[in-house]
Amino acid sequence: MQRSTAKALFELLSSMRFAISLLTILAIASVIGTVIQQNQPFNAYLNQFGPFWFPVFEKLGLYSVYNAGWFLVILAFLVLSTSLCIVRQSAPMLREMRSYREHAREVSLRQFAHQAELPAGRPLAEQRERVDAYLAHTGFRARADEREDGVLVAAKQGSLNRAGYFLAHGAIVLICIGGLLDGNLPLKVQMWLGGKQTTTGNQLIADIPASARLGENNWSFRANLFIPEGRSANVAVLSVDDGILLQELPFTVSLKKFHVDHYENGMPKRFASDILVTDDETGESFEHTIEVNHPLTYKGVVMYQASFEDGGSLLKLTGHNLLRDVADEPLQLEGRVGDTLRLEHPRYDYALELTSFSAFNVEDMGSGEDSATGVDRLREHLGSGAARTDSGRDLRNIGPSFTFKLRDEAGQAREFQNYMQPIERDGRWYLYTGMRETQAEPFRYLRLPVDEDGRIDTWLAIQRWMFDPARRDVLAHRMASASFGDDPSVAPMRDRLVETASHTLALFSERGYETVGRFIEASVPAAERERAADVFVKILQGLVWEAWMMARVDAGLPALEINENRAAFLRDTLAALSDSLFYEAPLYLQLTGFEHLQATVLQVTRSPGKPLVYLGSLLLVLGVFAMLYIRERRLFVLLKHQGAGLVAMSSNRKAIDVDEAFQRHAEALSALLAPDSGEGRTDPTATR
Amino acid sequence: MELAHPSLTRTGWLRQRDTFDWLYAAALVVGAIVALVHYHEFMDVYDDLVLILHVPVLIFIGWYWKPFRPYLAAVAALSLCSIWLYQGDLQRAEQVFFLKYLISSQTAIMWMSALYFMATGAYWIGLLARSEFGDKTGSALVWIGTAMGTAGLFVRWFESYLLGPEIGHIPISNLYEVFVLFSLMTALLYLYYEQRYDTRRMGAFVMVVISAAVAFLLWYTFSRGAHEIQPLIPALQSYWMKVHVPTNFIGYGAFALAAMLGVAVLLAERGILAGRLPAVKVMEDVMYKAIAIGFAFFTIATILGALWAAEAWGTYWQWDPKETWALIVWLNYAAWLHMRLTKGLRGAVLAWWAVIGLLVTTFAFIGVNMFLSGLHSYGSL
Ligand code: HEM
Repeated sequence: MQRSTAKALFELLSSMRFAISLLTILAIASVIGTVIQQNQPFNAYLNQFGPFWFPVFEKLGLYSVYNAGWFLVILAFLVLSTSLCIVRQSAPMLREMRSYREHAREVSLRQFAHQAELPAGRPLAEQRERVDAYLAHTGFRARADEREDGVLVAAKQGSLNRAGYFLAHGAIVLICIGGLLDGNLPLKVQMWLGGKQTTTGNQLIADIPASARLGENNWSFRANLFIPEGRSANVAVLSVDDGILLQELPFTVSLKKFHVDHYENGMPKRFASDILVTDDETGESFEHTIEVNHPLTYKGVVMYQASFEDGGSLLKLTGHNLLRDVADEPLQLEGRVGDTLRLEHPRYDYALELTSFSAFNVEDMGSGEDSATGVDRLREHLGSGAARTDSGRDLRNIGPSFTFKLRDEAGQAREFQNYMQPIERDGRWYLYTGMRETQAEPFRYLRLPVDEDGRIDTWLAIQRWMFDPARRDVLAHRMASASFGDDPSVAPMRDRLVETASHTLALFSERGYETVGRFIEASVPAAERERAADVFVKILQGLVWEAWMMARVDAGLPALEINENRAAFLRDTLAALSDSLFYEAPLYLQLTGFEHLQATVLQVTRSPGKPLVYLGSLLLVLGVFAMLYIRERRLFVLLKHQGAGLVAMSSNRKAIDVDEAFQRHAEALSALLAPDSGEGRTDPTATR
Repeated sequence: MELAHPSLTRTGWLRQRDTFDWLYAAALVVGAIVALVHYHEFMDVYDDLVLILHVPVLIFIGWYWKPFRPYLAAVAALSLCSIWLYQGDLQRAEQVFFLKYLISSQTAIMWMSALYFMATGAYWIGLLARSEFGDKTGSALVWIGTAMGTAGLFVRWFESYLLGPEIGHIPISNLYEVFVLFSLMTALLYLYYEQRYDTRRMGAFVMVVISAAVAFLLWYTFSRGAHEIQPLIPALQSYWMKVHVPTNFIGYGAFALAAMLGVAVLLAERGILAGRLPAVKVMEDVMYKAIAIGFAFFTIATILGALWAAEAWGTYWQWDPKETWALIVWLNYAAWLHMRLTKGLRGAVLAWWAVIGLLVTTFAFIGVNMFLSGLHSYGSL
């Protein structure tokens, strides 16, 4: 390369304009990574961006911006530019720090923005003595230059301001280098040079080949260690792009117990893992508890409480049949979270995937409304900051829940979430079961009303009666008899009601209120629909009541009298019956028991760059404060054998406080050098 | 020959202190000792250390900036009075008149809000009518409001312990609390510059941003019930929080102040209110000072955040949206400082830049929490 081109390149790279452009580009590039969620599973991106943009964004590295080649190149340029800037500035800055500029000529001093005449009259030696004393007193260091007509005392303070420049900018270089050591780069290098390759996550650890394993003396990594209670692990998992790598550790960690503590209001208070660490080499072991904000360091590996998961809790389930014409006994099942069970039946064949379990569910069961208005509203917000119930919030633990997927033969899966205990809503109790087609939707809940014993058996029995076409007539007849009595004189009306009831039930059995509503719309004029709807609801309630009573007969129980409570139960039952027709599962899986087994997720890291980054941070702070708050000032006092002297001041910053400082020094020096000044009354240094 | 000129008498910093200075220092020392003894059981070594470190820092501030002393005295008096009225029973906030309507935490913060709004009005009257009375009233109202707000936070701290010793924590852990902190920091910084530059005419602009923050705070209180004291989730149970958050808010406050001066500069340069506002040069100087102090503290805050992240999440930096936006803010003001200090840039460009800087800062402060998901919203644990 030509010398001149090299020089031009150096000038460009070390120039302020280039630096500012880099800072701006870096800022803008950083934004991208905050807008697109980083390091998600690839099919999440595929869903989000579609098949056209997905590969484009992948090529651009937008799913992991901060590890993308182009981003690292920008960082590298920043390091380069800052380093070159330091190189370029160092010679002139060191010169500045050392020099006093005591050879400055009078003409140039007279051109300073800050300069003033000093009083004449005292002998030069005396002037000199006073000025020297003043400068020493006010924290200047000075050097004098004798001239023909007098002497120039060149003084300065705050040279450390320049040292601040080196500290701060050097710190930036240090921090960037440290950051690179701890980032993805070492891993990338190992993958290129060491021939490491990622593998898929769904295989046994023992089967994972050496090419996907990183040795225990790997000096820079960040991985997750998953340990269920009562088990141990000595390999951690790194997610890279869309696969995984294993990181072998020089020790084994066993999880004795995982703790989740809650505050009274249900908010989490503490996550902690009681672990036992065993050195693989010496066999020595020790116990420790890792908590959030309290990591453990062992053999250069830092272990943090990162997260927790289910460790394979045992779930005991009862499957209540929901098929209308099958009278199966409830199914008893048992499985661990993570297991897949087979649900085989002449009518269906599902894979039941038990996906998660949580022993606590704290939910806001309040109305979320705050009814006060006006001044009352304000009054409510006076006083202490303690939580009050009038805010409409009501946090409650609503008990255990589990989620599962039902996958049909075609591979289509629906996800379900079932709560174990009945949950209260407006004074009534229900078992909640949620269903959704895709992860993106919220769960839609089916609320199954529980009977006076807190069970759903009543509802199930009613369901079987209501939806079995073979029993429709029985219900219709009973219902009509209940309305009109058995008197033969009302037989025609009764028969009409039987017909209507039977028809209504048939409609309702299709898609619940939806089909009934559609029928009303199609056959009743608009003005009368509301009344017609009332009639249909009445009929349905009558039918449900009969179904209930028949179910009691089946169970050998006596009939009941209707009352307020039972009427409410009827309404709930009917609503749940209607909704259950959209519940795409052949059975309702009730959680009847569990053995909770948790797993901890520890993040394990080795970060060799950390000391560099921390040192850099310290230097950065020192440097920034030095640059911003140590004011470099030069004071030139030209004293003459004859005639008026001159005081001038310069600073590497233009700010108002320079004006003020000059004012102060000029006044003080004038007072000192004034011919009549002995011990004056005023004290110029005392005022700021 | 004699050199006993007064300019040269040894006038060290300590020598210049008067009786009040020493009384002030003594009061702080005594206060710290009493607190150490009295609240011993609630504090660990770090708490003790931080409390002790506060003494020289506060002494320094009070000596350097005199009006800080009556302010601090007022805060102490209000807080102690409130604590005394509580007598260890939170219910008394509803029963005791002075607590309910004056110095329980929320009431004090409501007073702060009202006083800040009134101060804004007073400053604007002062500016538009060239009324010194308006200016002085504004200034007084800001002082009182700040004292009320600060006391409010201290009382809130105390109340949180009344809720239960395991719930008690410093009130800088949710958006409600940090908005109060932001208003207070900005107001204090402003009050300092007001005195330092001996002009009250910048108040009209600075108080606008504080009023906006207060308006948000009120909306947040009334419509979201954000004022409730909640216990700390595990991630926030860290010493770093106590140093990271306030440091950050010195930065945010300073940047907000600088942006409002940027607005004033831009208007003055177009001749609007020019005769009424301080000289553009003065406002630019304040703007620089604010950005400088903001940048310095923001640097520290970001580093403290990184140290905290290293302990809580296992990495000092992992490009979480909040971290990334902090970096963007930081880079932005670094570029600003370079432009002013090394390129000597002044005027409209820098003023606009400071204003836009506030938009970026605001996004980093609340936008990230609202629009982007990340660890700071703490979803995973
Ligand atoms: C992330 C990158 C950087 C940051 C955060 C940063 C920060 C700062 C800060 C805060 C100042 C203080 C303002 C002052 O007192 O002048 C400063 C000054 C300065 N910076 Fe940077 N800087 C960075 C990169 C660079 C680069 C790449 C260059 C090279 C062109 C550079 C050149 C300078 C110069 C020449 C000064 C003035 C020093 C003086 O006159 O005392 N900076 N920098």
